[in-house]
Amino acid sequence: MTFAAGARVRVDARRHMGHHRTPGYLKGKTGRVERLHASFANPETRAYGHDGLPLQPLYLVSFAEHDVWPDRAESKDRVCADVFEHWLEAAG
Amino acid sequence: MSDHGHPHHHPHEPITNGGEPAVAARVRALEELLVEKGVITREDVRVRVDWLVSRTPADGAGLVARAWVDPEFKELLLEDARMAALEVGLDPGPSPVVVALENTADVHHVVVCTLCSCYPKALLGPPPDWYKSLPYRSRAVSNPRGVLREFGLELADGVEVRVVDSTADIRYLVIPARPPGTEALSEDELAALVTRDSMIGVAQPSAPSAAPA
Amino acid sequence: MKQAVHDRGGWHDEGAIDRSEHELADWELLMDAVVGVLGQHGVMNVDELRRGIESMPRAEYEHASYYERWFFSVETILTEKGVLAAGELDARVRP
Repeated sequence: MTFAAGARVRVDARRHMGHHRTPGYLKGKTGRVERLHASFANPETRAYGHDGLPLQPLYLVSFAEHDVWPDRAESKDRVCADVFEHWLEAAG
Repeated sequence: MSDHGHPHHHPHEPITNGGEPAVAARVRALEELLVEKGVITREDVRVRVDWLVSRTPADGAGLVARAWVDPEFKELLLEDARMAALEVGLDPGPSPVVVALENTADVHHVVVCTLCSCYPKALLGPPPDWYKSLPYRSRAVSNPRGVLREFGLELADGVEVRVVDSTADIRYLVIPARPPGTEALSEDELAALVTRDSMIGVAQPSAPSAAPA
Repeated sequence: MKQAVHDRGGWHDEGAIDRSEHELADWELLMDAVVGVLGQHGVMNVDELRRGIESMPRAEYEHASYYERWFFSVETILTEKGVLAAGELDARVRP
């Protein structure tokens, strides 16, 4: 496990042609790891008939609404999503 | 930026004489072909249809009601929802994984799948059309309080709204907060208050209907 | 960066959410079941189903009903895999 709960992480902004499950609205955004779920088969390769191995760690990551949508008012609200480790890097 | 002038993206299906869209005949033909080729059997399909139609929100509601009355069960539900479901005689299966999220006075979860329509159907049955709709998928994450307001739910500023986008292999079930004034209710009576929408997070559970005698 | 058609989080305003609901029609239950059985038998997995849906042209995607998208995907993916021959399904529907 690379990221502990509470770690600040940034979602890679790469485009990725082909199937992937990192939503566009979170690419390039910085958030906080809530938990590590477990490791799962990689949908990016499974979608093309491969076995999706090796399994990839999957994290629940939360983001301040205001950080994701800067034109919205500041609030305590957060948006969370499940993001694979290979889409995350440590943020300052 | 709409390029066809429609204010809504309703499905447009050509209606045949039988009242079904044209795709219905194609789906039947697909099943027939796959059975003929031995890829699937009709029995497999029948078993699967039976499973689908027997999944209802009452299953999820039973889990929530037990969690409300039994703190140890609530901890199990939060830790391992499948184990908790097995304890009450349900089996959502090993995949996809279900994770329960607890609503409290301070935190209110609401679930969406912006990329398609992932939903804990093993415990709630099939999702409502609006959950799969383009407007819900787009605005649940970008304006959650606005969406909740459309559903008639207004939350105080001090409450943290957490929108959870089911982007991978996890399906989320919300454990709504237990309504006040329900201390005397049985587990079955409590389960009757737990609506499907409260387990998605767009509504609170129903209030108890009758005043205590 | 133009967003893929299925990637709807924060998409420009879509208007009010239509809260009307409908019971699944027989053909929709059948479509759901067929996908489930194909998954159980390892013929086609959920990631392939999604990939197939995501390959729909944008106008078709936005106007198709939910299970119409599933049907498009299954026909596309199974033809790609050679489980269905090109045009085989058309011939069955319109002999």
